Amino acid sequence: MAQLAEKLQPWLAALDERPRGAARWLQDLRDHAASKFVELGFPTVRDEEWRFTNVAPIASTEFRPAPATKLDPAALATFLYAEAPFRVVVVNGRFSPELSRTSGLPKGVRFGSLATAAAEQADIVARYLGQLADANTRSFTALNTAFATDGAYVYVPDGVVLEQPLQMLFVSAVDGPHAAMTHPRALVVAGDRSQVQIVETYVSAPGQKHFTNAVTEIVAGESAIIDHYKVQEESVDAFHMATMHIHSARSSNVSTHAFTLGGRLVRNDIFAVLDGEGAEATLNGLYLADGDRLVDTHTTIDHAKPHCPSHEVYKGIIGGNAKAVFNGKIIVRQDAQKTDAKQTNRALLLSDHATINTKPQLEIFADDVKCTHGAAIGQLDEDALFYLRARGLTFLEARDMLIHAFAGEILDRVRIEPLKRALEDELYAQLEKDLAEVDAA
Amino acid sequence: MLDIKDLQVTAEGKQILKGIDLHVKAGEVHAIMGPNGSGKSTLARVLAGHPEYQVTSGEVLYEGRDLLEMDPDERAREGLFMAFQYPVEIAGVTNAYFLKAALNAKRKHQGQVELDAIEFLQLSREKAKMLNIDQGMLNRAINEGFSGGEKKRNEIFQMALLEPKLAILDETDSGLDIDALKVVSDGVNALRSPDRAIIVVTHYQRLLNYIVPDFVHVLSGGRIVKSGDKRLALELEEKGYGWLDTNAA
Repeated sequence: MAQLAEKLQPWLAALDERPRGAARWLQDLRDHAASKFVELGFPTVRDEEWRFTNVAPIASTEFRPAPATKLDPAALATFLYAEAPFRVVVVNGRFSPELSRTSGLPKGVRFGSLATAAAEQADIVARYLGQLADANTRSFTALNTAFATDGAYVYVPDGVVLEQPLQMLFVSAVDGPHAAMTHPRALVVAGDRSQVQIVETYVSAPGQKHFTNAVTEIVAGESAIIDHYKVQEESVDAFHMATMHIHSARSSNVSTHAFTLGGRLVRNDIFAVLDGEGAEATLNGLYLADGDRLVDTHTTIDHAKPHCPSHEVYKGIIGGNAKAVFNGKIIVRQDAQKTDAKQTNRALLLSDHATINTKPQLEIFADDVKCTHGAAIGQLDEDALFYLRARGLTFLEARDMLIHAFAGEILDRVRIEPLKRALEDELYAQLEKDLAEVDAA
Repeated sequence: MLDIKDLQVTAEGKQILKGIDLHVKAGEVHAIMGPNGSGKSTLARVLAGHPEYQVTSGEVLYEGRDLLEMDPDERAREGLFMAFQYPVEIAGVTNAYFLKAALNAKRKHQGQVELDAIEFLQLSREKAKMLNIDQGMLNRAINEGFSGGEKKRNEIFQMALLEPKLAILDETDSGLDIDALKVVSDGVNALRSPDRAIIVVTHYQRLLNYIVPDFVHVLSGGRIVKSGDKRLALELEEKGYGWLDTNAA
């Protein structure tokens, strides 16, 4: 599995040049992750988990950590959505206080730089950071843990209900001669009975070639309610590897919605552990893959305790020569009786060259459970097209109506109105371009 | 309004219609009856422009224009409407959104002003009330989770809203209970006018008790084997279709 040492050479050099001087516990965490990465190397297509996604283009590029840079506040407005009332902006992996808006939060809520929190709230950060994200077996997590020096931190104390969404906005802005990488890190700790909406956005300007390797850990306390959105709208030349972990305590309710609209090679791993009775998880996703892009989603929902419902709906629109991968794993542990897990995965292929590899994976060790899964892959339904046309809509109007309906099922679940509108605008603008290409062909 | 001459049609290489001649004038109601597999639904679907059929011979003139040259949506905007035998379920699009788009596509095409949301709502409420149809249907996804009867009512509702010049009902009566059958026939009868023509495709005479046709045609083996007035339908009800096959042979 490990690659030849000489192939990793530039990476080893970059690891050696990492800045040091964090608190001892944090430095140990990083150094341990660095040594694990050296052992693990990059995954290859011989690894079952990476069969369809070849990360050699990342491994073989000599990426350097993106340098510190100032970003013009006006630049933020050019991105898909940057308008949450509270936001933490991280540029090239570094917290940007001048672009962030965090004043006026309820007492006890922490929202800001992860590096600052690691110093000021070391007890909490040390308790959670790296506890869910596994640097021992997962290469990209090890790499992130080794390199991440900053990121975003959310802490909501017990019983605090936030009325306004918090946005963590990760910007890559690179213009130097070297291929640049960032390793953004996010930690969200929501106390018992707390409630929070989080928008996690990854953006870069068009044409930028860079590598984002993100790790997010979300800890939901008992009866906590978290409504999370991940929006990836980076340049179509960007590599984006992201791992998200969710740990759900008793009676908590976490929903996460992933919108993947950018990136050349995109991989999203989501691990959700339902680790308390009655915890509920919702994983929704919508991705658009066009051109020569590849969008890979791997989700794992781990039902560890009884009476936990999980709902998962992923939809993809795939055009051009693009490839998509969807792997949805559901584990039901022996203890987890009365589990109710539903998974649906649908993909719409807009061209004859678009492909998807999809696989549900159920590992069930309890006997009194309900698990359903379904996958539907295909072109637009000819009968539906004819039905709409027979009522007077042109072929293009009918097709657009059906595609909008397909995407709308996921978009309609976005509970932050301005975000929903921004996603709709961006998605439909991209689709219009893709469909114009289909029509021209 | 509609002139069909020697229409021959194949699907997947198999000939289904073997030379149909039919002339329908404005104001007339024609019933097309026939046993299963006789080609009567094919005729309806070809007229609506379904892509799975190939016309191998003959012509169809609609108001003097070549109907077969027109796309299905152009036919609809020109006032042709087919009520589907099996209406399609479409998740994620409400009836109201779809029908407003359809109605405005037609209005625009015919040089009329498009309706705004409020005008559309008023009109659709009026039509729903007239047909005794639950207005809640408007806000549901197109046919999604509808019962068989609800789907057929929805077809009639669409027809009432789009006010076609030529309406073709493809076995709209099949599977309906008597109440739904009345809704459907009331809807069709309300549409009867000297400017419109209606073609009712049906397997059973029952519907024709409510929608009384001016002409009845019997289709068998891809040809019209007998035409007559409404008494022909009663004769068929009595004798079945068996005697026709021997006559036709």
